Amino acid sequence: MSEPIIALDNVSKRFTRQLDSAERLANMLGAKNRPVTVHAVDGVSLSVNDREVVGLVGESGCGKSTLGRVVAGIHAASEGTVRFRGREIGGLKGAQAREAALKIQMIFQDPFACLNPRMRVNEIIGEAPAVHGLVRRGERDGYVAEIMQKVGLDPSFAKRYPHQFSGGQRQRIGIARALAVKPDFLVCDEAIAALDVSIQAQVINLFMDLREEFDLTYLFISHDLGVVEHISDRIVIMYLGRVVESSPTDELFKAPNHPYTQALLAEVPRVTPGKRSFAAIKGEIPSPIDPPPGCHFHPRCPFAMPRCRTERPALKEIAPGRVSACHLNDEA
Amino acid sequence: MSDTVLSVEGLKTWFFTKAGTLKAVDGVSFSLARGEILGLVGESGSGKSITGFSILGLVDAPGRIVEGSVRFKGEELVGAGEERLRALRGRRIAMIFQDPMMTLNPVLRIDTQMIEAIRAHETIDERKARERCVEALAKVGIPSPEERLKSYPHQLSGGMRQRVAIAIALLHSPDLIIADEPTTALDVTIQAQILFEVQKLCAETGTALIWVTHDLAVVSGLADRIAVMYAGRIVEQGPVGDVVQRPLHPYARGLLDSVPSANARGERLRQIPGMAPSLAALPQGCPFRPRCPRADDVCLAEPAETEILPGRTARCFHPLETA
Ligand SMILES: Nc1ncnc2c1ncn2[C@@H]1O[C@H](COP(=O)(O)OP(=O)(O)OP(=O)(O)O)[C@@H](O)[C@H]1O
Ligand SMILES: Nc1ncnc2c1ncn2[C@@H]1O[C@H](COP(=O)(O)OP(=O)(O)OP(=O)(O)O)[C@@H](O)[C@H]1O
Ligand code: SF4
Ligand code: SF4
Ligand SMILES: [Mg+2]
Ligand SMILES: [Mg+2]
Repeated sequence: MSEPIIALDNVSKRFTRQLDSAERLANMLGAKNRPVTVHAVDGVSLSVNDREVVGLVGESGCGKSTLGRVVAGIHAASEGTVRFRGREIGGLKGAQAREAALKIQMIFQDPFACLNPRMRVNEIIGEAPAVHGLVRRGERDGYVAEIMQKVGLDPSFAKRYPHQFSGGQRQRIGIARALAVKPDFLVCDEAIAALDVSIQAQVINLFMDLREEFDLTYLFISHDLGVVEHISDRIVIMYLGRVVESSPTDELFKAPNHPYTQALLAEVPRVTPGKRSFAAIKGEIPSPIDPPPGCHFHPRCPFAMPRCRTERPALKEIAPGRVSACHLNDEA
Repeated sequence: MSDTVLSVEGLKTWFFTKAGTLKAVDGVSFSLARGEILGLVGESGSGKSITGFSILGLVDAPGRIVEGSVRFKGEELVGAGEERLRALRGRRIAMIFQDPMMTLNPVLRIDTQMIEAIRAHETIDERKARERCVEALAKVGIPSPEERLKSYPHQLSGGMRQRVAIAIALLHSPDLIIADEPTTALDVTIQAQILFEVQKLCAETGTALIWVTHDLAVVSGLADRIAVMYAGRIVEQGPVGDVVQRPLHPYARGLLDSVPSANARGERLRQIPGMAPSLAALPQGCPFRPRCPRADDVCLAEPAETEILPGRTARCFHPLETA
């Protein structure tokens, strides 16, 4: 196996909210409000090999975007190390830091917030490649047109502003901007969530082609197993800040190991004729503000045993290339 | 009919840009009864959001409604004064925007915004309002709601922001909700929780709902009827089960075929050939013609909306499933 392009070792990311004035006042009167900490990412080790496509899946709020931002160097980890081609990202300086920043691109979940509303689309897409000398100024418009075409945008709209595009079109502007700087590694955060199925298919196919053409490596974040299933070599499942299972895609679908993975697989939505009754969530949804002790999944796990409530299960190899964090694997 | 909550007829919303006239919505008609759920699906850029904006009178220059009517409980909204529209928005008609940041103010805490939303239409003391907010957040599956109320929008995950926007829309049990891609960022479990609340609201209070989405799997389980948009028009409309199982319009067929679960893993996904047409330069005749496997010379004329089977309409000269 080739050396990993990205390697995370025991990475955590916490956010702390300081007390507001009302709470400080209450404390003076004897209340016991404390700063609140969100454990967004909790001790994650993960490596992605060159040209590998890794799908990162988990429910809303489990820390996927935060982990993606740490990988892309946008957030510094609270703990642990992130290496890009063997070098710790935090330690890079000058040209090397710029190179790493350019080579790892992120496509953001929220296309609205991350496009400068005062820039035209040809500037949004073409600026960085021109600045970094990837294309000559005079060739910029042609280059932009080519990329717009690839992501299914009409190049004749290049002079428009982001607000003149529909939701899905804006998402594709974000994709085009990231691709334009010819990255080695792309973190795609829900990159196709807002696209209709036909364009989803087009963009997924585009990602697969680009991987062949430019040796791209992807971390593909999604809440939808059905989407990553088609492009990922390997799928990593996250639950409440932690990785609970990592496995080659085929094997994950054939024999999911972790009880949470099993629950996820049972829920992949299909097009069905006829109305359904949707069910409310049973029990309490655990919170990263106050994560349950032991295995984070135990309040919802149908197989929970006494030790699950106290002891954190470690990620253990269950087959070559497969790891899972569940105490059940010790019982067998 | 007193049971009709919304009736949209021949709606046209065009953008007058330097590059030409862009017919984002071009002759859309549908109606909604009390408690009814309409799924509005279609390709990116086909005019779904602009249809929603038009109903609420939220289209900005250079766009404008050039023709058609929007009746809400019998009252004409096209041309209604801004004051009247503002009184309806939020209280009687709520919109969940595709971008939650269109609902949320980035510099205010969630509690400030939600309490303000409640108090804009009701006199209620702050403590009661706060209780309502906690309840509303719990309904959309946000854990630790008391603490989350103290967050700013950027401190929430993408899916949480989406859920806060949904919670705000549900606050007043409106007569009509227009939900624009409201659950794109949500996993199935939380989505089911929200759909459960939405179904309950529609059944119990008679709220009518337009659910804009590209997700056929969700809409097939939620909606009563479905309308498929292409290039600013509704190209097919009918009961959801019929449309999903036996679409009439070739575009609807293509849309259903490209759902990832209809394809085998690792294979290239089936996609509809060609690109969505530029709305400023539509092909002559049927706008789907350049991409349509059934196109012939007849399609050089424009197909009208026609009832092809009872209760089912389509704009196509050669509909499927009728031979
Ligand atoms: N800047 C921030 N400040 C405080 N808390 C944050 C911040 N960013 C994220 N969080 C918290 O970290 C947790 C994980 O958020 P993250 O955005 O990583 O989730 P996610 O898995 O991407 O969810 P989604 O699928 O909804 O996008 C959440 O509880 C969120 O509120
Ligand atoms: N302010 C504007 N100026 C010019 N054109 C616009 C403007 N707003 C929207 N459009 C165009 O109108 C068309 C319809 O847009 P709309 O947002 O309704 O699409 P949509 O069906 O909601 O797509 P999506 O699924 O991508 O959100 C698009 O082609 C878009 O480019
Ligand atoms: S460790 Fe226990 S609670 Fe956690 S997934 Fe395994 S069986 Fe369930
Ligand atoms: S009218 Fe003709 S071109 Fe249009 S969808 Fe029908 S068969 Fe295809
Ligand atoms: Mg996210
Ligand atoms: Mg839209």
